[in-house]
Amino acid sequence: MNRLNKLFATKNKNLLSIYYTAGYPELDTTVDIALALEKAGADFLEIGFPYSDPVADGPTIQHSSQQALDNGMTLNLLFEQLKDLRKRVTIPILLMGYVNPIVQFGVERFCKKAAEAGIDGVIVPDLPMYEYETLYAGFFKDNNLSNIFLVTPQTSADRIRKIDELSNSFIYLLSSSSITGGNLDVSDSIEDYYKRIKAMQLKNPTIIGFGIADNATFKKACEYANGAIVGSKFVKLLEQENYLNKIPAFISSIKPSL
Amino acid sequence: MKQRDFGGAYVPEMLYPNVEELRQKYLSIINDADFKAEFDLLLKDYVGRPSPLYYAKRYSEKYGANIFLKREDLNHTGSHKINNAIGQILLAQRLGKKRIIAETGAGQHGVATATVCALKGIECVVYMGEVDMARQAPNVSRMKMLGAKVVPARSGSKTLKDATNEALRDWIANPVDTHYIIGSVVGPYPYPDMVARFQSIISLEAKKQLLEHTGKELPEYVMACVGGGSNAMGMFYHFLDDESVKLVAVEAAGKGVNSGHSAATTFLGREGVLHGSRTILMQTDDGQVVEPYSISAGLDYPGIGPQHAHLYKINRAQYASVTDDEALQAGLLCCQLEGIIPAIESAHALAQLEKMKFKKDDNVIICLSGRGDKDLDTYIKYFGF
Repeated sequence: MNRLNKLFATKNKNLLSIYYTAGYPELDTTVDIALALEKAGADFLEIGFPYSDPVADGPTIQHSSQQALDNGMTLNLLFEQLKDLRKRVTIPILLMGYVNPIVQFGVERFCKKAAEAGIDGVIVPDLPMYEYETLYAGFFKDNNLSNIFLVTPQTSADRIRKIDELSNSFIYLLSSSSITGGNLDVSDSIEDYYKRIKAMQLKNPTIIGFGIADNATFKKACEYANGAIVGSKFVKLLEQENYLNKIPAFISSIKPSL
Repeated sequence: MKQRDFGGAYVPEMLYPNVEELRQKYLSIINDADFKAEFDLLLKDYVGRPSPLYYAKRYSEKYGANIFLKREDLNHTGSHKINNAIGQILLAQRLGKKRIIAETGAGQHGVATATVCALKGIECVVYMGEVDMARQAPNVSRMKMLGAKVVPARSGSKTLKDATNEALRDWIANPVDTHYIIGSVVGPYPYPDMVARFQSIISLEAKKQLLEHTGKELPEYVMACVGGGSNAMGMFYHFLDDESVKLVAVEAAGKGVNSGHSAATTFLGREGVLHGSRTILMQTDDGQVVEPYSISAGLDYPGIGPQHAHLYKINRAQYASVTDDEALQAGLLCCQLEGIIPAIESAHALAQLEKMKFKKDDNVIICLSGRGDKDLDTYIKYFGF
């Protein structure tokens, strides 16, 4: 049982997760941002590590990734920065990024380092179930790291069941067929999709991501899932001056009743 | 790093249903008798196949061997790309897809895709790097005339890998009605295999044609340029199991393999995951993709297809590289010795002839993957015509 499991055991509604890209806009503020988010009321976090060719991401996160790379962010540096993470931050934290940097770092080594830093889970958008199961599942399990799978409106029921079997913390429900940074689609077909997933009564909690940007979209997502993730909207906030001080207001704007 | 097989389908979950549908259906579709009949008829009457295997007398005298050029430049649309585009449009139709997207480097695959979409009356969107749009402008105009929408890729180096990223993003946003016609032997499984199968007509014909010319079915050498690697896979395909046939793949060294401006993937790259498959790619120590460079847009790609990565690793094929200068000089030589203006991509394969020592009776087949009309401005600027 890791921090994610403990969180879902105590709270299963209106969970708010925030994504940001480590190294954006400045190289060394990774843990400061995490701390500010925890203080402001985020329930868990996703710290992104940058990649040169992020195909699942829209312009906002693409830009943050490129800037982070230009600033000098690497996995090695990130793990250096995270050495004191757990002295300061207590909420569950996931790492999010693409598969090639992990493969070059060494998947086993990555899992070990993540576990040492107190990371609870990993989201790798371009590492699908088959490749994960056949090549890497052992390293994750050995290090008590949760691998988070994505479910989309097109994912078949059979596959969702299989994902539910393999998951051990939560399932990332994509709000629509899209890349990050879009607007939450609240059409009938998407509502049907949410209802369909809810009716499946999955073992794992579900968290909705992509396109969640304000209180209205957060509330909508939370009607159907245990919580939601805000990414691009938060990354945009970091473009502003004094962004650390603006974090509490940002969180309140998404989730007013704390 | 532990040994892993090349290939696989490293795609985001949003693309899984499409890639899985392809995986489950592609073989039965392309082996179906109706499909084969339509494919063969279009290759014959529309593309103009079989493409000639031309005995290049003046090349042969110069290099001291029997040099044959497989004339993919004579195909409709001017390169080998049409073979794959036709195969995939027929496949997309049978899958019920209503919209086609593609990426393109030099524009030849984009033109081929726009062509087959016009042929079948299907909506077509082609992603092309902004830099490539400028250096291959005639192809951009062609695509538009053929009814395709050409969308510039403005991220990264604004060349082929960035166009591929944008095409993948489009596919993620339009998973149900859209088929992505990948132009080379790259991408998630089953694309590399599917594209290689469609391009294999090149070597199927060449074997028969060589037999007609020489009484021998097997050449000593088969040579082709490699960007993603589709013309090479097609040229190598039916010779892969013939151990006596030496396979020579020629990549783009750009300004030189150690210049920092190159696309010589096997020389400069390492194993990793790119655009959905485990293969060899040019990357930094921490796995960021390196911007490649070549004067030829079609070879300006930081990876190679996983089949090539495999052939390289097991030493079945030799991977060499040739600089911009060497390729351009070879292109001019082809004009002056054989009266053929080759695409700069294809000129890379021709340039490799300078570095080889042949025996008098060696039969050498080189894939002339495309014609050089699209490159006239580059040739003219370089040579000052």
